[in-house]
Amino acid sequence: MADAAEVLASEAKIGGISRTLGAQILVGIAVVLTILHYVGLLPEALFRLPETMVPPFAVWLDVIFNFVKDDLGLLALTRFLTEGLQWLLDVTANLLFGKRRWPNIGPIPWTAVAAVAGVIGYHLGGWRMAFLGAGTFIWTALIGQWKIAMETMSVLVVAAPLAFFIGLGLGILAWKKPWFNRAIKPVLSVLQTLPFFTYLLPAVIFFKVGPTAGAVATTIYAIPPMILMTTLGLQKVSPEVVEAGNMSGCTKWQLLRHVYLPSARTEILVGVNQVIMLCLAMVVLTAFIGMPGLGAKLLAMMGSFKLGRSFEIGVTIVLLAVMLDRMSKAWVVKQPEHFEKGTPWWKRNQTLVLAVGAFVFFLLVSKVIPEAQTLGRKQNFSQGKELDNLIKGFLNIDIVKATTGFLRAFVNVQILIPFRNFLLSIPTPAFILLVTAFALYLGGRKQAIYALIFFCLVALSGWWDRSVITLYSVISAVAIAMLIGLPLGIWAARTEKWSKRILLVCDTAQTFPSFVYLIPAIMLFGITDIAVIFSILIFAMVPLTRYTIEGLRTVPLEMTEAADMAGATRMQKLMKVQLPLALPTMAVGFNQAIMFAFFMVIIAAFIGTQDLGQELQRTLAGTDLGKNFVLGICVSLMALTFDLTILKWSSDRKQALGLGD
Amino acid sequence: MTSDTVISCKNVWKIFGADPEGYLAKMPAGRSFDEIRADGYIAGVKDVSIEVSRGEMLVIMGLSGSGKSTLVRCFSRLHEITGGTIEVEGQDIMSLSEKELIDLRRNKMGMVFQSFGLLPHRTVLDNVAFPLEMRGQDKHERRARAMEVVKLVGLEGREDYFPRELSGGQQQRVGIARSLAIEPDIWFLDEPFSALDPLIRREMQDEFLRLQDLLGKTIVFITHDFDEALRLADRIAIMKDGAVEQCDTPDQIVLNPATEYVRKFTEEIDKARVVHAGVLAKSDVTASGEPVEATATVQELARLLVQDTRDSIPVTRDGNVIGGMNRAEALEILLEAG
Repeated sequence: MADAAEVLASEAKIGGISRTLGAQILVGIAVVLTILHYVGLLPEALFRLPETMVPPFAVWLDVIFNFVKDDLGLLALTRFLTEGLQWLLDVTANLLFGKRRWPNIGPIPWTAVAAVAGVIGYHLGGWRMAFLGAGTFIWTALIGQWKIAMETMSVLVVAAPLAFFIGLGLGILAWKKPWFNRAIKPVLSVLQTLPFFTYLLPAVIFFKVGPTAGAVATTIYAIPPMILMTTLGLQKVSPEVVEAGNMSGCTKWQLLRHVYLPSARTEILVGVNQVIMLCLAMVVLTAFIGMPGLGAKLLAMMGSFKLGRSFEIGVTIVLLAVMLDRMSKAWVVKQPEHFEKGTPWWKRNQTLVLAVGAFVFFLLVSKVIPEAQTLGRKQNFSQGKELDNLIKGFLNIDIVKATTGFLRAFVNVQILIPFRNFLLSIPTPAFILLVTAFALYLGGRKQAIYALIFFCLVALSGWWDRSVITLYSVISAVAIAMLIGLPLGIWAARTEKWSKRILLVCDTAQTFPSFVYLIPAIMLFGITDIAVIFSILIFAMVPLTRYTIEGLRTVPLEMTEAADMAGATRMQKLMKVQLPLALPTMAVGFNQAIMFAFFMVIIAAFIGTQDLGQELQRTLAGTDLGKNFVLGICVSLMALTFDLTILKWSSDRKQALGLGD
Repeated sequence: MTSDTVISCKNVWKIFGADPEGYLAKMPAGRSFDEIRADGYIAGVKDVSIEVSRGEMLVIMGLSGSGKSTLVRCFSRLHEITGGTIEVEGQDIMSLSEKELIDLRRNKMGMVFQSFGLLPHRTVLDNVAFPLEMRGQDKHERRARAMEVVKLVGLEGREDYFPRELSGGQQQRVGIARSLAIEPDIWFLDEPFSALDPLIRREMQDEFLRLQDLLGKTIVFITHDFDEALRLADRIAIMKDGAVEQCDTPDQIVLNPATEYVRKFTEEIDKARVVHAGVLAKSDVTASGEPVEATATVQELARLLVQDTRDSIPVTRDGNVIGGMNRAEALEILLEAG
């Protein structure tokens, strides 16, 4: 504690100037610059970087890519890899939805898939999970989305294991070799903030359009957390267990195989959960590069404003996400149980026997009853049109119409647009100084330098205005999300019951692929600026609420009891004890909200925004690899600035408060 | 070194820090623990020379951070030592190749850990069979042997349980069984009972003494509990700041503490319960009358010491008189404790 305080105190003073004063000076300069601009005294070159001074990063990157692609023969390599991947995807495609490829035995009847999912669900989590597993597939089949859902799944079942094995391998390497770990850490943090569009285009260029590129982008996207979780798990293995392994005479390989990996089981399985969820989120988004499946259908339906069908597809995606998440999480906590001596074989392997039994049974049934094999076009229970009318009817009710109309008009005209114009009116150097001041004040000198470099790079990229608009969407959405999310979290944290309920909602909502969040936004506000903000808003509210609850609930009991005994009112207790102690945790939530917002703002480009996302989306149509990367890195740099600063502040604060990690 | 010396270590150093070897090479002699720490290094083991004989139970004791666990890990080369030599059965273990080291551990050494170090995903039987599996014994054979040891530690009927389904005492029984599965000659126990409740600890100590009677292994036992040390040890080595302060029999440690630190350590101990008649017997003192057994403690002889009127009492070991015990001296020990 004393050490931490000293560190903080010594860091506070840099070159005789305290952090606060330094930040104030920077803000002062920025204000002066802005005022100068307003009164027209600022030279144009200081307001925005002149076009001529923008280095052609995109061209340079293109040159590098072309060199790597053609001269180094990377393209040949990737096309070669494509063959293997293509073969795998063809196999799963044949099995799941009967694409005419080897082994030509599919499609597997939907009843069989649902039954096996039910058995696995029962094994992992009892009847409720069994209903969830079987129910999801039954819903998918009955609503008439079996084929597109299976198109999505066929990529998922290839990409997820691939990401798992690559991530596991790299994770082990990073744990074994410190130099590799040091090299890979910054790459991973950039990868995790890189907008998904940046993954898509290289995938398309290096691997063919369609499922293959989709699978590659999905795999790469899901690898980073697997690496992190593997390394974390291996590092956490108790030294005594390792020593016990050594004393048992393990060779290095035996030690890894029999001691380290099984002992890191929990973390590795959490990694599996994350891999599956990220894969699902990404595989839906690969619709943008022409990957058929749920995402493509949703994109098409939203594009033609068929809200009922969009809604149904949204439900399918959400069900799939919740099912995969719950099941893999149940797998994490499932511990092996012992059997009494003399338990027969079939009882020890009950799940396997049941699953195979159910599978064969429905396979045979589907030979007799064709409906059990596939449901035809006219046999499903889709209520798309009816729902459409219902939704449109609801939106046409006067009160609803008035409310959304008011929000659209008032918020947009009175708040959002003026705010955007204000941000755009700040001269570039002033803007950079403001961000630097923010990083200096919260993080410290190192964070300030990063912020300065990162935002200078963004300015140099030549996409300043669009970057500012991106930032504007993020800031306004997160600000509104805070206005709603924080009070909600504070209120929920008051009772155990509601904390649990809201946390459950947040957990569930967090598993939804981000794409789904567009549906209610478009439903309510149509294709407008405010729909963008709204979709980011609900997406960003989830981590805010969640971490607020967690922060408040984990305030040590003695402290709140001490406050009670000191005669604090509920408000005093909240303001003086609970919030200050919960703030570091809440900051983590705030940070995540910003990251989510950056992510969502790019997806929302689909609705038609004017920010980087839209430019990014445009690059997908062509082969503008360089530009695609420049745009992606702009987003990443801005996100990283916030990430570094806020997390540093949070950990500093935790240390100062003696809250541990 | 006699042929019966199993572990012999000479001037062993284990230093933690950025460049331990380089530091040790140019470190001036006689540097204290605190001076070394001021230089940015930690002396885990500081110039230790100690020998363990065959069939002996050496108890290493000291407070936490005194280096006892580090020292025992040097014996099995779980830690690489910085300086000095360690010989196990006459072989310098620092010169072993990785393969030879693995062979040594697979065939000669067993170790029990404070928090058990069990593999969570394996059943009791599979945990116990683990060292056998590592050396490639076939499944049938290793299960049969594991079952034997599981019975030996009294866990029969639990062999299909997973570690988390067992109590702490039972888990440590699994740890003990595992360390015995390969029939090691040398048995290391690193505070095996510290994580257990006092009652269970007592029970496990009894169990351990029973096993040792049965097996007669060479044992290095670590503890921070002096009572436990006195109960089990043939010899006790007391460590402080990485160095051995004194290594002797329990009697000598309480009677003649070598340093102030050891004296303080033994202050609270009821000496009468530790000191044996055999230690007090002097061969140049002749005594007559009814003799006492050398293995009896002063406390056990209390009544006799108080009521008897002789100046010295003869002491016998295995039926032969080994000398006379000064009654006043023995009484002094008895009263000091009271």
